[in-house]
Amino acid sequence: MSPALTILVVDENRARAAIIEESLLEAGYARVEVVSEMFGLVRRIEEINPDVIVVDLENPNRDQLEHFFQMSRSVQRPIAMFVDRSDSASIEAAVEAGVSAYVVDGLKKERVKPILDMAISRFNAFHRLSRELEEARSELADRKVIDRAKGILMDARKITEDEAYRLLRRSAMNENRRIADVAKALVSAYTLLGDS
Amino acid sequence: MPGLDDVHAGYLPLLDGAVLVTAARLGFAEDHGIRLHLHREMSWATIRDRMGVGHFDCAHMLAPMAIAANLGIAPLSAPVVAPMVLALGGNAVTVSPLLAELMAETGWRDDGPAAAGMALAKALVRLERSASRRGRFAVVHAHSCHNYDLRYWLAACGIEPDREVDITVVPPPLMPDAIASGQIDGFCVGEPWSTIAVRRGAGRIVTTKAEIWRRSPEKVLGVSARFAAERPEVLDRLIRALHDAAVWCDASEHHAELADLLADAGHIGVAPRDLVPALTGLLEVAPGEAQSIEDFMIFAADDANRPRLSDGFWMLSQMVRWRQVTESDAARHAVRTVFRPDLYDKALSLEPSDSAIKEATLNDQNHWPEGLFDRSK
Repeated sequence: MSPALTILVVDENRARAAIIEESLLEAGYARVEVVSEMFGLVRRIEEINPDVIVVDLENPNRDQLEHFFQMSRSVQRPIAMFVDRSDSASIEAAVEAGVSAYVVDGLKKERVKPILDMAISRFNAFHRLSRELEEARSELADRKVIDRAKGILMDARKITEDEAYRLLRRSAMNENRRIADVAKALVSAYTLLGDS
Repeated sequence: MPGLDDVHAGYLPLLDGAVLVTAARLGFAEDHGIRLHLHREMSWATIRDRMGVGHFDCAHMLAPMAIAANLGIAPLSAPVVAPMVLALGGNAVTVSPLLAELMAETGWRDDGPAAAGMALAKALVRLERSASRRGRFAVVHAHSCHNYDLRYWLAACGIEPDREVDITVVPPPLMPDAIASGQIDGFCVGEPWSTIAVRRGAGRIVTTKAEIWRRSPEKVLGVSARFAAERPEVLDRLIRALHDAAVWCDASEHHAELADLLADAGHIGVAPRDLVPALTGLLEVAPGEAQSIEDFMIFAADDANRPRLSDGFWMLSQMVRWRQVTESDAARHAVRTVFRPDLYDKALSLEPSDSAIKEATLNDQNHWPEGLFDRSK
């Protein structure tokens, strides 16, 4: 364990940054800083003077950060991307997860590896969570639109809810589409006709 | 569709990604049996990393970035080849209204890069006197033509880039904000970001890449060396598809459609009208003030897509000039491994061009490329 390291998490996604910060604190890294505001980023880094910087790959400021790390070589402690060419599995896992890390040059690999591994696993967990949330959201939206379509059919055809659902399912099967898509088309056609 | 070869390409939301986007979206790739998957990224670093781990077969790349990859001066980069140029020109140098005002006070009227540079030199002295600070400029990457063109222009006009100004890196879409908020006094960037800054009243275009170095390459198609070696036949078809797309992009009758396509939130995410000036070459250099720039941006005309070793050597000479690398046989070899006109000629069944390769070096001005603003005429 290396509790003396200062770790900076740069991420505009505050929720994700908070998760990583918490995990690092739990793991015993006492000095964790989070920057979610990109304005004045370089100055913040100078103030914080971190040993390790964790940045998400979608961050448009990565080119600026890498430039700063190169330029500051003479005045500050040099910072390099955390890559050990022999450890391609670790690089791939990081890029796959959407995270990159930069460390003060000369810092031992074994001190940094657990931090990167943790960032990778938190990034993956966050993506999984977002995906599940997205799926749950669209499932809920699907259910709503199907209910609405059933209501329209029940009114128009004077049929029961079960019959309306079977009707939707049959056209979905015939047209090789999802029930929710058939329902969506029906609802928008109905709305266009101005009867809603 | 069955029988299509999947090719994954990374790109950044810039006008000169047009050839990749049109090839994927308007059927040029499919015409050549390729399903082109586009992946939009937000930084060159991420393009490099994802090329490095094999997520992408090819990518929209800054030409010098491809050279840097093969020189081993960029982290995590796998060897790339550049068998094709995606666009010539397309960049502009924009300064803040304050700096433009100071330039105007020197009596400057738009009259080419030399006059603009002279006026800027005087304006920077006044800025330093009144605000007691140096002018701050931004480029998109240290290994970019933006950086080298800006430095070449400044130096040729008597402004020492490393001593008399500060040059930093800012991502293209953030340039208008950076100049509007006063973080920087000027920048060199690809379109549409100068146009957007001008239309927000945050800047004035004072010169362009097309004027500093006429018909010079900007982005290349960077292809992983592994892909080029393992799937040469697919690469041939990819080059043909992109060439067809480039010819389409060049035609003025397609510019309105191209602007609509690229403006989409999934691509550049700006208003189509902000893409039009660069496509037509009629730049809005200041709000409401249009100026026609010859050859501002070229996608295919004048053999634009054929990479030229001479241009690669020139870029290397600029990397040497600004102390990013030292001149060596190994560095010259790296340029030869990147710029691959032979692959382009093979794909399009062209006869290899026999025009002599100019091996530009910093000190041998006889081998400098044509079109540099202070050397023509």
